[in-house]
Order: sequence, then structure tokens, then C-alpha cells
Amino acid sequence: MKDAFGIPQSLLVLGGTSEIALATARRLVARRTRGVWLAGRPSPALDAAAEELRGLGAEVRTVAFDALDPESHEAVLGKVFAEGDIDLVLLAFGVLGDQAHDEREPLNAVRVAQTNYTGAVSAGLVSARALQAQGHGSLVVLSSVAGERARRANFIYGSSKAGLDVFAQGLGDALHGTGVHVMVVRPGFVRSRMTAGMAEAPLATTPEAVATAIELGLRRRSETVWVPGALRVVMSALRHLPRAVFRRLPV
Amino acid sequence: MSADTVPDADRGLDADWGPVTGWGRTAPTAARLIRPRTYEEAAVAVRDCGARGGIPRGLGRAYGDAAQNAGGAVLDMTALDRVHAIDADGGTVLCDAGISLHRLMEVLLPLGWFVPVTPGTRYVTVGGAIGADIHGKNHHVSGSFARHVLSFELLTADGRVRTVDRGTPLFDATAGGMGLTGVILTATVRLEPVETALMSVDTERAADLDDLMARLTAGDHRYRYSVAWIDLLARGAATGRAVLTRGDHAPLDALPRGSRARREPLAFRTSRLPAAPDLVPDGLLSRTTVGLFNELWYRKAPRESRGRLQRISTFFHPLDGVPHWNRIYGRGGFVQYQFVVGHDQEDALRRIVRRISAHRCPSFLAVLKRFGQADPGWLSFPVPGWTLALDIPAGLPGLGAFLDGLDEEVAGAGGRVYLAKDSRLRPELLAAMYPRLDDFRALRAELDPRGVFVSDLSRRLGL
Repeated sequence: MKDAFGIPQSLLVLGGTSEIALATARRLVARRTRGVWLAGRPSPALDAAAEELRGLGAEVRTVAFDALDPESHEAVLGKVFAEGDIDLVLLAFGVLGDQAHDEREPLNAVRVAQTNYTGAVSAGLVSARALQAQGHGSLVVLSSVAGERARRANFIYGSSKAGLDVFAQGLGDALHGTGVHVMVVRPGFVRSRMTAGMAEAPLATTPEAVATAIELGLRRRSETVWVPGALRVVMSALRHLPRAVFRRLPV
Repeated sequence: MSADTVPDADRGLDADWGPVTGWGRTAPTAARLIRPRTYEEAAVAVRDCGARGGIPRGLGRAYGDAAQNAGGAVLDMTALDRVHAIDADGGTVLCDAGISLHRLMEVLLPLGWFVPVTPGTRYVTVGGAIGADIHGKNHHVSGSFARHVLSFELLTADGRVRTVDRGTPLFDATAGGMGLTGVILTATVRLEPVETALMSVDTERAADLDDLMARLTAGDHRYRYSVAWIDLLARGAATGRAVLTRGDHAPLDALPRGSRARREPLAFRTSRLPAAPDLVPDGLLSRTTVGLFNELWYRKAPRESRGRLQRISTFFHPLDGVPHWNRIYGRGGFVQYQFVVGHDQEDALRRIVRRISAHRCPSFLAVLKRFGQADPGWLSFPVPGWTLALDIPAGLPGLGAFLDGLDEEVAGAGGRVYLAKDSRLRPELLAAMYPRLDDFRALRAELDPRGVFVSDLSRRLGL
């Protein structure tokens, strides 16, 4: 069960090697979280992540999960929930893709969309149903500021996050009053493996800062969390800029 | 998904499903709310409560998650609230467990009887009072509620109704057992004779914590009821300054001759202010506002006053005058932290008070009192020593880690926190705080092998 401050005792990470997810898990394990499920494609990185969290005192199990295989989600996640209540599901998988390359190779672009959006729709609905049956729990969905407005530099990724973001908002409304809480997290540019070698955007942040914001959001039962918080204001200004102007901005 | 959770997963959102929280309004979870009107309906509800079990609930005054059951059933027992028999000579009452102490006072005071133990609110049920084995300002004299319960009827997981007498393991597991042994249906409670419905109250101020502890130690035996309001925002030399309020039931000859009170000495009078509004901004109770309140409250108290007459409701239940006062903490809710440490652990108490004071917890409801002899309930909270209770807004940054630190100090001093108020204890500390936890678990495993009775509290702490 979550405590009065929204800190979970059990955690399921979908996308178990995500740096943001692991920063969040480390933070939560330092507080109350004892049982952790890391779901992801079997890999040395997944095992290493599990080992690290075990070192912090958590009881960690891994489970093979593939965002691109939605037909398996029901069975895979069903097994996890059958083992006991999950207080927090962190939906953290996603790929950035390579915009220039993906524009030339539409099938690659589709892969980005299927991972970030289709896979999340399936995993999100399966998790939501299980949480609703429990009568409690949080579903935290990692969206992105990139989904807030289409940008020339990453609109394939951005459009998939836009779809995910709207889906998660609607799911949150659908689950209102069921004891289940859905929180959409919109980080800006996060310094991580995913963005290594890229030019840094203004207001860049870190996985640890996102983890801190997630913990605060859980305590406040927030529906939307921006990281850093200033992005809420910046993006609300940017989204109202005329396109002719926005197009010329160096963002 | 395992077979037995599928039916729950397939349910729609029935009208009787809804979010449930404790009095602190933190951590809401959804449950099926059932309100049995007869013992038979209660038995049916227990039998049919499904894979995620059920838990009885009274008036919802437990601060944390003791009367919540995520995804399962919550049995609101307040419709079963009859008085069956009053033995006006022997001073006992046989009543349904869903009756409130408020209602009992309305019925019993005119007959010259008072409830043996009352907490800071009259709006708790007799069942809840046994389940949490509540205590009051008279603990140093009278012990906890269960000491005055002669027997009760318990609806257990197998659907049977058992009569449970004092001195049996099932009685001791149920007293303080947080509703996890079964549903209490009726109880026989021993009453306290009174001549009037008024209290004779002495008030004095203590300049700091040591002064307060000395006054409580020296004088408590002279009063049936004793409590100290403590200003936890005061710092430096004033750390722990407090207002002591102690008293006893006023005898008839203490009432002024010819007064209305003298003519109707046993009339039970209360007053109610308008309810607190539902939309209070978070952060209304800040260090500044609470600091101001505390300053005023301390200054307002007389340096010393003797024999002032007060209504029972004013003396025992000042907050009951403001319905839904828990809303003033805003949407984020609040936590109450109550612990007890032994009489020889004054240093631990001093350290904890200094830490709370240094942390600047905006708490305007902080009370210190001394517990007397413990009662045999296995998970019953009171043990002889010092108990401090404080309310803190849940949104205070860093509060979780801070309270974890206090838990360590309390456990290190051989003390414990109160489960009826808990919403955040680390499960690892529970066994150290409650040495009879294993007996409790063993009895539950035998009595309720399918785990019918379960609550968010029991899931969170592994009761």
C-alpha cells in the first residue's frame, strides 16, 4: 500500500532499463519501496539494474516484456499482478528514434510510434484494469514536452508522445474516483543515454530531477508534472505562438 | 491474473463503490461500501465479501487507513446502533457496536452514568473503541476502553457469532486488533457514575517541557482526567511550554444554588458551529498561522484557575463543535503522529520534542499525557509512560523522512506508535513496537485462514 505521502511499497517499472525509471526506483527504495518488478526485454542491462536495486535493499524480480508485442501484455502483466498488489506502475519505455533517418525509412518511424504509443496504450490499459481491480495504485506515464507542440527536429517522436499524453490524460479521467491515480510526467530535455551527443536544449534536466518531481507529484496526487516546473509556463506560451513564428525559432 | 481476482476485475463501477479515506484524508482507495441493517445482513456481507475481503468501519475517525479496504468491502456498521439494555443499578449497558459514544452519552447521562473512557471526540463507535482500544484523559486512572468491556459478540470469518468474554485470547486479540479478528456486533460496557453533566476543571501554565513534566508527575494522581496542550512551535527556553487542563466530574454540591445547571444537573448540552468548508487552500495551516494561534492559545490560558465548571463537551470534545474540522488541512490532508515511551525514557521524550520543535512542524493540536497501567490487548497501544500526539499537514516537505527518524527514536526507547492513527509506519519496526504481534498473527491465521478480514492498514504493515 502507499503511505500517507504517496510512497509505494511495491513498484512495477515498464521499461526496466530507463534511466529516469531507475533514478525514480532508487529514490523510492530509499523510502518505503521493497518489492520491485523490472519489466523489459531480457538483457545484461536489465539484470544489472536489478542487481543495483537489490544492493539498495529491494526485493527485485525481472520479467520479459516487449512494448512491440502488445498481444503478450495481458499475460505478462497479469502474472505480475497475480503475485500481489502493485502500488505504482511506472510506464517508462520509449525510443527517441533518429528523425532524419526515420523520415527516409518510414518503417523505422512506425517502430517509434508503435513502441511509444501503441505499446503504451496496450500496457497502460492492462495495468489500469489491474489497478482498478485492486482499488488503489498509481500509474505514472512518462510523456515529454516534445508532445506539446510539433517541432521540425523531432516531430515523429513528438507525435508519438502527443498521442501517449492525450491517452494518459483520458485514462486518468476515466479512472477518477476508482482509487487509481494517473499522473502524466512531462520532462524537457533530459541528459541521459537517449540524448547523449545531442545539443542541449534550454532548461535541460536530469533523471534524478525527474525522479524528485515524481515523488513530489505522488505526494500531492498531481495529475500533471512538468520537469523542470518552469516548463509549464514556457510551454504554455510556446504553444500559442503562431506557427509561422514558431517555425523560425531555434528550438 | 489469478482466477480469484477476475470477477473483481470485471466489475463495473457500481453505485456503491467509492473512494474511502480515514480522518486524515490521505491515501484514498476504492471499496464496496456495505451498510448492514441487521446482524443477518452483516453475516451475509462477511460471507460474500469476495477475494479482497472486508473490514468493519465505524464513524471513520481513525486517522489513517485502518478502516479502508482497497478493492474489497467496507462494512459501515453505524446502522446497527441500538441500546439493548441498561442496568441502572449495576452500571452496565448492552448495546450494538455501531452506536456512537455521543448517542450513549445522550442516553446515559440523564440516568447518571457516563462512558468509562472517551477520546477527544464523541463521534466514535463502541466497536471502533474496542477495535482501537482507545484511551482518554483518564488513562492514568481508568486504563483503556477494553478494561471496561465485560464481553462482546464477534462475527468471525466463518460466519459464526461468538460471545467473547474478558480474559480470553480472542478478547485480547480483538481489543486493539483494528477490526481484523471479526465484526463486533454488540458489547456490554461498564459505566462510570456521575452526579452532574459538568466538569470541575483546573488549568495552569507550564513554562517549558521540564516544568510541564514535573507538574504532570507531581499532580496527575489528584485528578481523574489530565491532559496538556503543548506548543511545539515554541523554541529556545520556551520549548515545550504548555497549558495543563485537569479535572473531574463536578459533584452536585459544586453547582451554584438556584442555577439552571443545579436544577437540571444531568442535562447533556453541546453546541455545534458551522461545518468547516470543503475547499480550504492547502497551506492555510502554515508555521506562521499556527505559530500565531499557539501564541494566542498559550496567552489566553489563565496562569492558574481552579474549579472552573465546564460542560462535558467543552472539556472532552472541543473539536466536535466544528463538524468536518479535518477539512481545514486542505485537500492534501494531514497525519497524526502519536507515540508512547516508558516512564524511564524522559530523555527520549525531551529529544523528540526538541526535534519536532527544531523541525518547525506547524501543529496546533499537540497533547502530552501520562499513561497508567497497560491492558492486555495484544496490539493495544497504551503502556505506562509518556504519550505525545500531534497533527501535521501531510504536505509539509520532508515530513515522511522526518517522522521515520522519530520512529527510530521511539522504537529505540522501547516505545511504539498508535495504529489507529498511523498512515506511514515502516513495517519493519512493527514487531519491535508490538512484541505480541506474532501471537496476533497466529490467532488470525487460525481464526481466519482465508484472510477474509483485511484492511489497507493490515496490507501495509503486514498485520
